Amino acid sequence: MRFSNSLGHTVVAAAFGASLALAATVPARAQSELLNVSYDPTRELYKDINAAFAEDWKAKTGETITVRAAHGGSGAQARTVIDGIPADVVTLGIPSDIDAIARISKKISPDWRTKLPNEGLPYTSTVVFLVRKGNPKGVKDWGDLVKPDVKVITPNPKTSAGGRWNFLAAWGYAYEQNNKDVEKANAFVGQLYKQVPVLDTGARGSTVTFAQRGLGDVLPTWENEAYLVFDEFGRDKFDIVIPPTSIYAEPPVALVDANVDKKGTRKQAEAYLQFLYTDQAQAIFAKHHYRPLKREAAKKEDLALLPEIKLFKIEDLQGSWDDIQKKNFDNGGLFDQLGKAGR
Amino acid sequence: MSEAIAPADFPAAEASLRPPASVVTETGWVRWTLIAVAVAFLALFLVLPLVTVFAQAFAKGIGAYLAAFSEPDAHAAIKLTLITAAIAVPFNLVFGVTAAWAIAKFQFWGRDLLVTLIDLPFSVSPVVSGLIYVLVFGSQGLLGPWLIEHDIQIIFAVPGIVLATIFVTFPFVARQLIPLMQEQGTVEEEAALTLGATGWHAFRTVTLPNIRWGLLYAVLLCNARAMGEFGAVSVVSGHIRGLTNTLPLHVEILYNEYNFVASFAVASLLAGLALVTLVIKSVLEWRYADDIAAGARRH
Repeated sequence: MRFSNSLGHTVVAAAFGASLALAATVPARAQSELLNVSYDPTRELYKDINAAFAEDWKAKTGETITVRAAHGGSGAQARTVIDGIPADVVTLGIPSDIDAIARISKKISPDWRTKLPNEGLPYTSTVVFLVRKGNPKGVKDWGDLVKPDVKVITPNPKTSAGGRWNFLAAWGYAYEQNNKDVEKANAFVGQLYKQVPVLDTGARGSTVTFAQRGLGDVLPTWENEAYLVFDEFGRDKFDIVIPPTSIYAEPPVALVDANVDKKGTRKQAEAYLQFLYTDQAQAIFAKHHYRPLKREAAKKEDLALLPEIKLFKIEDLQGSWDDIQKKNFDNGGLFDQLGKAGR
Repeated sequence: MSEAIAPADFPAAEASLRPPASVVTETGWVRWTLIAVAVAFLALFLVLPLVTVFAQAFAKGIGAYLAAFSEPDAHAAIKLTLITAAIAVPFNLVFGVTAAWAIAKFQFWGRDLLVTLIDLPFSVSPVVSGLIYVLVFGSQGLLGPWLIEHDIQIIFAVPGIVLATIFVTFPFVARQLIPLMQEQGTVEEEAALTLGATGWHAFRTVTLPNIRWGLLYAVLLCNARAMGEFGAVSVVSGHIRGLTNTLPLHVEILYNEYNFVASFAVASLLAGLALVTLVIKSVLEWRYADDIAAGARRH
């Protein structure tokens, strides 16, 4: 038909114009805005920290600053930074996730551990057990998790840092119990994951599965996450069991060099990370049940909930983080082999 | 958040399937059993969840319900959802009308391929729809280095969310209009042209008025999906609080923060949108059934 051509051209041109206009609507970024890409359970923590930092920064410089947050499974969050989310700082659940960003995207300097005190760890944590009230299955230690009738809820170690700490904590326990026998430690972890009915992608997902949906008998989880369930669901429904030994869990923080240089936010972002080491921030960590680097800065009643227990470092058992990640969680690693052996 | 469109959503099919009352020969108990099964199914899978959403939303009273909407993050989510729909729906409206018009009124090489391509978003999982944009526009993606160089942020920002939404709502308008326009044929347009109308004039005064109710109906469905889309948007959003969370993503975040009242309150907003859509859709079907159902009056 005659009229098809001119109209066709108009429409194609209009569609093209619209898509260009769309690409141009890049949100203008104010200088005084930071983005902290964090892992799953720190939602409540960074609400407090970000507000405290904004107040502190305003008092010191007069500049109004907004710190935005994005939360999700630690591995998934690292992936979004690699894919280009404009994060100024990352506060993730496990060192290997920051290593992955440094290795794949080069947006973080490979020596990030040396840039901040205590290898970039303003606080640490550990894994404890959340059980149903009265502990009906009698879970006291890691060995009890593989009792025949015990169902364990834990997140997927591929995507979740909490999931990886649980995995490594169980492995480390079995390794020490069996006189450093690697085969027996592997077999123990294999049995444990056969008793997991649901693998969520993040620690928060697992908590909701256990606490809200009522699945499983025991939730090995971040200490802070266990206390959060206490606060949200009431202490009459759950008990926290602190095992005699557990893992020294290291959720590190780092500056995303490439992004802050591009956005011109290096000064603010560095100040934000330094702020995490101040007494004020340290007290906030303890209040949210994370183990502060400076115990003296925390309130007595908060510290009382963080008892000294025997904590082992996974690096002491398995070597460097590159090795730990490769051996256990990369494609074809121990976790994948367990999956195949189980089916 | 319906994942695909059922054939029943197309009134053309619906109208032809409706049997005249006299055909029914089954005995009473067969009819009543079938009706009971259908009603029970609807109650269990549609009405009950809907009631639960509102019951949970108002569990702690109207005050707690309204408090969910006074949060700055909720405002940001509502605003972003409206912006997204305001760009995606007109875009798909223009595309859908032109595509349907070309396919229904002309024969050309690659016509069948075009129809298949338009259907693609229905058959692809929304997660994949999101991932393709990460693979194209992400830092490690095809256009990543170029975008970084020119300081353009597509994914983890508003443009990415709009693109993903356009993709998943792509077929709604075209799919609704193609059968309608095919049924109407090209006779009226040809008459207009013979009488000296230009192509644009014929389209505006003949084609468009013929499809207006079907078009409105399609836009309605397209809008509901644009505002409710979760999967594809979740992949490209980056979940930055107060910046890249749409309403469905905000619901998930609140739920994961044990904020069940606020979560269901925001969900009730989406459910309300669905109900309004449903009512307008029913009114349209009832009032303009003939116009929507492929110009039956002409035959």
